[in-house]
Amino acid sequence: MKRFALSLLAMLPASLLAAGQTIIIRNATVLTVTKGTFQGSVLIRDGKIVEAGEKVLVPDGARVIEAAGQYVMPGIIDCHSHIAADSINEGAVAVSSMVGIEDVINPDDPDIYRALAGGVTTANILHGSANPIGGKCQVMKMRWGKDAQGLIFEGAMPGIKFALGENPKRSGNAGGGFGGSPGLRYPATRMGVEDVIREAFNQARAYQKEWRDYQAKLDRHEQAIPPRRDLKLEPLVEVLEGKRYVHAHCYRADEILMLLRVADDYGFKIRTLQHVLEGYKVANEIAAHGAGASTFSDWWAYKAEAFDAIPYNAALLVRKGVLVSVNSDSAELMRHLNTEAAKAMKYGGLNETEALSLVTINPAKQLGIENRVGSIEPGKDADITIFDKHPLSNYAKVEKVFIDGELYFDRRKDLEERPGRELRKKALIDKQKALEKKDRKKPEATDDKKSEEPGGDR
Amino acid sequence: MKTCLAVLLTLVSLRAAGPETILLRGATVHPVSGPDIADGAVLVRDGKIAEVGAHIAVPKGARVIELKGLHIYPGMIDSATEIGLTEIEAVREMSDITDLGLFKPQLRAAAAVNPASEHIPVTRANGITSVITSPGGGIVAGQSVLMHLNGWTIEDMAVRAPAAMRMEFPHIRMPNRFGDSEAPARASAYTDAKKRYEEQLRELNDFMESARRYRQAKSAGASDFKTDLKLEAMIPVLDGKLPMLIRAEKEKTIQEAIAFADKQKIHMILERGVEAWKVAAELKAHNIPVVLPPTLRLPDEEDDPYDKPFSIPGELSKSGVKIAFASFGPGAEDNPRNLPYEAAAAVGFGLPYEEALKAVTLYPAQIWGVGDELGSIEKGKWADLIVTDGDPLETRTQIKQVYIKGTSVDLENKHHRLYEEYLAR
Repeated sequence: MKRFALSLLAMLPASLLAAGQTIIIRNATVLTVTKGTFQGSVLIRDGKIVEAGEKVLVPDGARVIEAAGQYVMPGIIDCHSHIAADSINEGAVAVSSMVGIEDVINPDDPDIYRALAGGVTTANILHGSANPIGGKCQVMKMRWGKDAQGLIFEGAMPGIKFALGENPKRSGNAGGGFGGSPGLRYPATRMGVEDVIREAFNQARAYQKEWRDYQAKLDRHEQAIPPRRDLKLEPLVEVLEGKRYVHAHCYRADEILMLLRVADDYGFKIRTLQHVLEGYKVANEIAAHGAGASTFSDWWAYKAEAFDAIPYNAALLVRKGVLVSVNSDSAELMRHLNTEAAKAMKYGGLNETEALSLVTINPAKQLGIENRVGSIEPGKDADITIFDKHPLSNYAKVEKVFIDGELYFDRRKDLEERPGRELRKKALIDKQKALEKKDRKKPEATDDKKSEEPGGDR
Repeated sequence: MKTCLAVLLTLVSLRAAGPETILLRGATVHPVSGPDIADGAVLVRDGKIAEVGAHIAVPKGARVIELKGLHIYPGMIDSATEIGLTEIEAVREMSDITDLGLFKPQLRAAAAVNPASEHIPVTRANGITSVITSPGGGIVAGQSVLMHLNGWTIEDMAVRAPAAMRMEFPHIRMPNRFGDSEAPARASAYTDAKKRYEEQLRELNDFMESARRYRQAKSAGASDFKTDLKLEAMIPVLDGKLPMLIRAEKEKTIQEAIAFADKQKIHMILERGVEAWKVAAELKAHNIPVVLPPTLRLPDEEDDPYDKPFSIPGELSKSGVKIAFASFGPGAEDNPRNLPYEAAAAVGFGLPYEEALKAVTLYPAQIWGVGDELGSIEKGKWADLIVTDGDPLETRTQIKQVYIKGTSVDLENKHHRLYEEYLAR
């Protein structure tokens, strides 16, 4: 029954303002993140930002959005999320690089809309952390109302999830398996985690050589039989060739260093260390490798490997020259990444721009999409969030969110539509109740259906 | 070794200072119970607030602390935490929250609080000066303690031990995705779950009846009367001297809990109360306060408005229900230092700022029966004070000083120590 109501909500127009329109947001405080902050306007045309400045002429026929007293910032980017996916963990194998989020996108997940309402426009959707080498990631835009294909951030660099520490070794220990995998699964220690990753890249190298040899034969116009494609090793070859980013879940300093050395040995880069709660202990090594860090603002102590986590992690890493973002890994935290960023001001003294960068331009760089999003600059996608107060304030709320120049969230419209939605929901519930009443009159019906409890109608 | 030394120094500085006479002045004083006082002063003597006002003469021997440009607020109170009972949530050996059995009113949180927990200095560094910490599991889980976040022992720390008898009201529990040990194992076993719930209701009523008879037998002074620790622990509840902190989330469960409290003539505090907004009028009519679930949580139903959790505190407050914010609950990140942000998150969505501030200070004090001891800057109350450079509900605000029972407590903690240590690497 609940599902009926939901699909009804999903029938909202895909976007509230059509693409291709010229829009000007006026009289706002514009936080460009990369080009300073000013009182002025942002001009949007054909889904792109065409001008941003103190004085922008209003073109004929432009739709004017008055934003006096409001704050305009680039759409928030979450470098670590698991929303909008039907499944997350393929935990039966230690290397699950053959699977990917792209194949399980759920565009009806209400968490997409909730993230939008928190000002998020782009998110990196990752595979879970059950395996040392996990599945492929998918960068998405929060284009609520579009189908699965429509959510994909076209042109974003592909990624893959790695995971170190407690989660991947859990399946090797009795009593703590992911995904109901029967029996124990190697590895059970951090040593085993390293081994699994090395073994996989050892294989990937050999596989890469098979293909290179084949190509060389073709180039020499020799007869050659193509190697059998290996869907597990292909993404790892892409990693070796710098065509796929590694986003590695990690906690402790020792395992972070281990992974950097494995990557050094095999000649690839770790694009981002995810969570990286003890990153502050090996900040120099992370900076030297060139890995980015995507961390929680202040979570700690929820498990053993999070006991030395500190809320100063983000600020310290920034000071040591690491490219840092603050992520959510949670559909809830995702709704207020702006104030999560503010915590790096409280803990470690970042300035406003540095703090806002943690959830905008920095994650854009980490995902290789900084030419498209992450700041308010002419030429970039018009992914823009408007707050009623300064976004680093706990009292700020999102008023409007644009993606590609289309208005995907409008608080006023959301509020206006609520009574209608309630009526439609009630009508559906009444209809269902009437059906159940009719059913109950039949002799074979049980009285279970009277239940008002969730699940009672299943 | 560096860490050891730092710890040692911290312990010395934080615990050695006894209550002295202190005059805090030059700050904007926010008593919460009354209007703000610009350029105000607070006199602290024997751990209590001796005077509050615009001008206070410096008593002989008093230490004067100049706080020009800063603010003084009462210390904040978190009404649901696990502080002291668990150090690392996922490590069984480090958790003392949930014991076996359905009825265990004799279990005392105060018996298991670790005063040396790392969570204590981390939490108070953000201006939280006292917390409720509670046992969990079963139906009657045990006795919650209200404690200050400073002291060598729980006896130094306890404000009220017990502060409440905690129970979870029986309800129909369907197995969830992550497995619920107390729910039936078979999926879709609704009738089983319902049967179990009805059984638990019966057991609860039987238990209350046993407690009542026990009390009667005790007061009759029969010669063969034998002490029963479980039932003995219920006497203050039946006498109306100890409130029952009842966790109930859904509308129906809350209504049943209210009816139960009515019938048993017990003093009820509603905990969690996810759907309390649906029964606000009844809660108001019965004068039942609500310890809120985290404001920063996802909507409870898939098709709830996206901001429903943010607007509920305002709705309850408007209905005249007394509310207190808490950091622990469904979807919580177990980070009590973020209590003020749970309050702030409701302000943009209908809760007046003054009410938000009261709901982390004065209201929890009143709810826990210590409204004349904690929760505001008023003469005679414990000097639980925080000195800030701005609004304590804002993340960017820094907490500069914290006083608990008139003692200046060290703001150093594990997190800051590690930061300094590795920043210097």
